[in-house]
Amino acid sequence: MAQAQGAYYVPHGTRWPFLGSIGLSSTVVGAALWINETTPYGKYLMAFGIACLLSMMFGWFRTVIGESLAGIYSKQVDTSFRMGMMWFIFSEVMFFAAFFGALFYARNMSVPWIGGEGDGALTNFFLWKGYTPAWPTNGPGAIGGSFESMPAWGVPLLNTLILLSSGVTITIAHHALRAGRRTQLLIWLGATVILGALFLKFQAGEYIEAYTKMNLTLGSGVYGSTFFMLTGFHGMHVTLGAIMLSVIWLRCLKGHFDKDHHFAFEAVAWYWHFVDVVWLGLFMFVYVL
Amino acid sequence: MKGAGLMRSRLGGFNWVLGAALAALTGAAQALSQPWQLNMTEGVTETSRTVYGIHMLAFYVCCVIGFLVFGAMIVAMFKFRKSRGAVAATWSHNTIAEIIWTVVPIAILIALAWPATTVMIGMAHTEESQMTVKVTGYQWKWGYDYINLGDKPYHVHFISRLDPQSDKTRQLKSGLDPFAVKQGNDQTYLLDVDHPLVLPTDTKIRFVVTGDDVIHAWWVPELGWKQDAIPGIINDAWTNIHDPGIYRGQCAELCGQDHGFMPIVVKAVPMAEFQKWLDEQEAAYAKANAPLAAPAPAIPTPAAPPVATGASAVPTAL
Amino acid sequence: MAIHAAAHYADHAQDDHHNHKPHGFFNRWVFSTNHKDIGTLYLIFAFIMACVGAAFSGVIRTELMKPGLQFVQPYFFNQMTTMHALVMIFGAIMPAFVGLANWMIPLQIGAPDMALPRMNNWSFWILPFAFTILLSTLFMPGGAPAGGWTMYPPLAIQGGNSVAFLVFSVHLMGISSIMGAINIIATILNMRAPGMDLLKMPIFVWSWLITAFLLIAVMPVLAGAVTMLLTDKYFGTSFFNAAGGGDPVMFQHIFWFFGHPEVYIMILPAFGIVSEIIPTFSRKPLFGYQAMVFAIASIAFLSFIVWGHHMFTVGMPLGGELYFMYATMLIAVPTGVKVFNWVSTMWGGSMSFETPMLWAISFVILFTIGGFSGLMLALVPADFQYQDTYFVVAHFHYVLVTGALFAIIGAIYYWWPKWTGRMYNETWAKVHFWWSMVFVNVLFFPQHFLGLAGMPRRIPDYNVAFADWNLVSTIGAYGMFLTPIMMFLILRRSLKSGAPATMHVWEGTHGLEWTVPSPAPFHTFETPPVIHDEDLAHGDITH
Ligand code: HEA
Ligand code: HEA
Ligand code: CUA
Ligand SMILES: [Cu+2]
Repeated sequence: MAQAQGAYYVPHGTRWPFLGSIGLSSTVVGAALWINETTPYGKYLMAFGIACLLSMMFGWFRTVIGESLAGIYSKQVDTSFRMGMMWFIFSEVMFFAAFFGALFYARNMSVPWIGGEGDGALTNFFLWKGYTPAWPTNGPGAIGGSFESMPAWGVPLLNTLILLSSGVTITIAHHALRAGRRTQLLIWLGATVILGALFLKFQAGEYIEAYTKMNLTLGSGVYGSTFFMLTGFHGMHVTLGAIMLSVIWLRCLKGHFDKDHHFAFEAVAWYWHFVDVVWLGLFMFVYVL
Repeated sequence: MKGAGLMRSRLGGFNWVLGAALAALTGAAQALSQPWQLNMTEGVTETSRTVYGIHMLAFYVCCVIGFLVFGAMIVAMFKFRKSRGAVAATWSHNTIAEIIWTVVPIAILIALAWPATTVMIGMAHTEESQMTVKVTGYQWKWGYDYINLGDKPYHVHFISRLDPQSDKTRQLKSGLDPFAVKQGNDQTYLLDVDHPLVLPTDTKIRFVVTGDDVIHAWWVPELGWKQDAIPGIINDAWTNIHDPGIYRGQCAELCGQDHGFMPIVVKAVPMAEFQKWLDEQEAAYAKANAPLAAPAPAIPTPAAPPVATGASAVPTAL
Repeated sequence: MAIHAAAHYADHAQDDHHNHKPHGFFNRWVFSTNHKDIGTLYLIFAFIMACVGAAFSGVIRTELMKPGLQFVQPYFFNQMTTMHALVMIFGAIMPAFVGLANWMIPLQIGAPDMALPRMNNWSFWILPFAFTILLSTLFMPGGAPAGGWTMYPPLAIQGGNSVAFLVFSVHLMGISSIMGAINIIATILNMRAPGMDLLKMPIFVWSWLITAFLLIAVMPVLAGAVTMLLTDKYFGTSFFNAAGGGDPVMFQHIFWFFGHPEVYIMILPAFGIVSEIIPTFSRKPLFGYQAMVFAIASIAFLSFIVWGHHMFTVGMPLGGELYFMYATMLIAVPTGVKVFNWVSTMWGGSMSFETPMLWAISFVILFTIGGFSGLMLALVPADFQYQDTYFVVAHFHYVLVTGALFAIIGAIYYWWPKWTGRMYNETWAKVHFWWSMVFVNVLFFPQHFLGLAGMPRRIPDYNVAFADWNLVSTIGAYGMFLTPIMMFLILRRSLKSGAPATMHVWEGTHGLEWTVPSPAPFHTFETPPVIHDEDLAHGDITH
């Protein structure tokens, strides 16, 4: 009854989440053992956990895709999925907000205070005399040794253009999908994936440059910390987004979507736009300003 | 709050019910917390007394509101019981009442925030102090540096830690009796140190507070405030003690296993006596450091110690 | 592929008997997608965690019974304090509320289940793993985290290997909460039966809608904060190190940006529960329905902008302190509106005092007392004296234990007959209530005195002046430790031999959940119910 079109589909039993919990916990326990260097097996446990997670995703999505193709989902189910994705993206926004908050706090509060500005006169006088506030900085302790900061107008600018155009390409793909033009869809979506990969390649290059030539590392005081945490987490999201885009590309190839039924496509497109917007914030606040 | 002073001395070995009621009403100032004590100390500074006043004001406000709200509930529970045949009314709103109980609390809050704001502005005014003491929290002891008195720089530095008797008693299963740890008649278990912080009375003293390893907090209830001691950051606060005496406090921020065992003792003495004590300490310092000459490594911090430049270089406007 | 899948699901449809529970333990409980079973799992888990958290507080109170160290080393004491809070907050209170949400929201809005049933299963099943990881640190060399539940650096990252496990288990709890909250929002916004307008929903549903929003907004921030702890400890970053340009206080800002909304996450659903129970047993519509909704929303909004009141002593600039004081005090206004509305609901009613009502009334009184001490804490000069003393401990136990926990217990008694189809023994339930009521006050009221007299929190040993009230408090704690046992026995007996419950259970009930049989069938509202206004929660929803 519940499966009939129009009524809400309530699945009966699922094994994937439990596998996912095993995967998640093995991953983090493995990671903890690894960074604590308590046993040499941490990384294997972590690998096992990731494998579990991957198989969970694979299986779970396969089930859902199957159900979707079987026409089990009503409009209402579709709306639930949409809301789920939207609120998930909102939670991601708040995750980034924590790190942006750290960046603002460091730049506008702690560094000036340590440097004696505002309420920090005594702090500077008694503890950090001789330190003048500046940005970028690795603090009065010159943690991590002297470093070069990342210029905005080279690779980062290029990467901004790349991500911006990928936002355009995915929109074109979406229009193609809605107009039912499959070849165009595949081309533009493929272009988006390639742009994402290109972005990652440039960013990897930037990181290598930072670590090998500029002495700019995670340990380069608060500048290095905020720089790598923000760009690093963003890069992880681009990676994830690119993988999702590739999956969607394959699904387009298989003809899973039509002009009315393509929630998965849209979800990934939203995600991609979100990654894009975060990048704009990064480009402004981490690189330019 | 006039009665407090009169009551104060009477509160020694009391019948606790009566004493509790009195203490609740008066918040008798004590150099040391008393058994069954109910209320905050009034303290020995202007600030601590105003703080106490705000505390009591807020308390009375809450009592009155509580009396009204809980009173109404109790009346309702007796009057509108089904077992007494009460029939339920059907109304479910009353605009006037709703406006009243939105506006009146706002007014009450303003009445509370007003005095609090005034006190805060006063407490934040650490300028124009007559002397500066630097307080550093360590795991698990306090370091004190006398930076200056008036225009004169000092180099007095010492570490203050839990007294040996308390320290022995507080070991796990020591079998020693905490009640046996005494200074005269005062039961000082965990509230005594080897070297108290000596301070002059009737002097505006500025504290600059920092931590060496983790966050601690410097708190002597009689002075009316506490201030976090944060590594890498200086916080400041001030006091002006009226009555000579010994005032005890404790670290008030979790700082690891011995957080409970780093008390603070302030010994407030008249200025003349203080001046004498401080000069003695300074002389001892000068003697000990004579061959080394300045700059004195008085402050274990990464940057150059400010004493090297003389205390007059501590801008009073800071 | 498409054809294959369709065939597969068609197969399935054959053995889908919608009012029959799945066969076998694993199918029923581990792989469940049923909101009622998952709700039950959450509640059982919360109950177990409440007992674990209580056991930790037992260590705390036992050591604090007398001055001198009799039982545990200070470092272990700190582990107990830290774990007690983490387990109670993330393991007991939050999951208990989510369990209630799972059970009741679909029933109250006329939905067949939660919007995303599979994800619902995952939200729950992450928790046992997360807490296994957290609790396992107790048995590791170096012990469990001991830096307080607030995890302030630099102390928190001095901890040994447990730091990584702590951070990762917090991540898992966060993932679980976020998915749970997403599910709840999607359910409320998307699954209401036709005619169940937003402003006709029961207040419990409203309170959860707003709570879920808070959860999605702040759990990621906590995740970010602990991630920075992790990298500061293991990967050389300097977020919280002044020598590198950071600031230990920065952590506190980020933490409390999460932490303050978090405390409202633990009280808003309680407000919702009490707003269900009081009208039922007053036999009178809830006073000021719309004002209640508006008050919850304002409290939620304000909760984002008051975090600094936990940091009055860190040396914020004067302007910051003033701002946070004013903003914090404002919360008393919408909270007061709620309290007054509950009292007005009672006024003019026809009250009876079954067990759920007793818990609800004691909630109103004792939560308000906790709110009063909260208001006192908000006054900065006074907070300079209160901060980090037992006065704060008394404050938050009043709002958390006699607030959140009491509401949860009240909710369990209120809906239990609907869940199980059986009544419990009213006399014993009242004994449970009065016993808790007496001992919880013996336990926590003296802590106000201790704090005012100058006893700092998070210390394993204290001056002898604090001995007497600590002894009293410990006696109260021992009384409280019997309450989960009582509750367990009462509920077990009810399951075994309780009298059958009627559909309405209580005389004054309103709302869709009371239109299904007791016990509620495995599947309810598979076809959306037709809503009559008299089915709606507590009548007049126009004001
Ligand atoms: C459910 C949890 C919960 C709730 C609801 C609250 C509610 C409030 N809390 Fe509390 N709080 C905590 C949990 C909670 N708190 C915890 C866990 C901590 C400690 C964390 C830690 O450090 O470990 C804490 C700490 C804490 C502090 C920091 C103390 C310190 O460390 O120094 C402060 C300071 O302002 C504060 C204030 C308040 C205020 C103003 C409210 C208000 O919301 C209360 C509003 C309610 C009322 C005022 C009563 C009803 C109103 C009326 C009847 C109307 C009329 C009243 C007046 C006009 C006065 N809380
Ligand atoms: C909701 C949260 C919660 C709850 C319920 C409790 C409950 C209790 N707490 Fe807790 N406590 C905290 C949250 C909580 N606490 C926090 C946040 C801190 C601060 C930690 C820090 O400083 O970092 C703290 C700190 C704290 C301290 C201070 C420690 C210190 O500073 O060193 C003390 C000391 O007495 C204490 C004691 C107790 C006691 C005796 C109980 C007793 O009430 C326990 C009795 C309760 C029960 C026996 C459980 C009853 C449950 C049921 C009947 C089941 C209900 C059913 C379901 C849930 C489905 N707690
Ligand atoms: Cu030092 Cu607590
Ligand atoms: Cu708060």
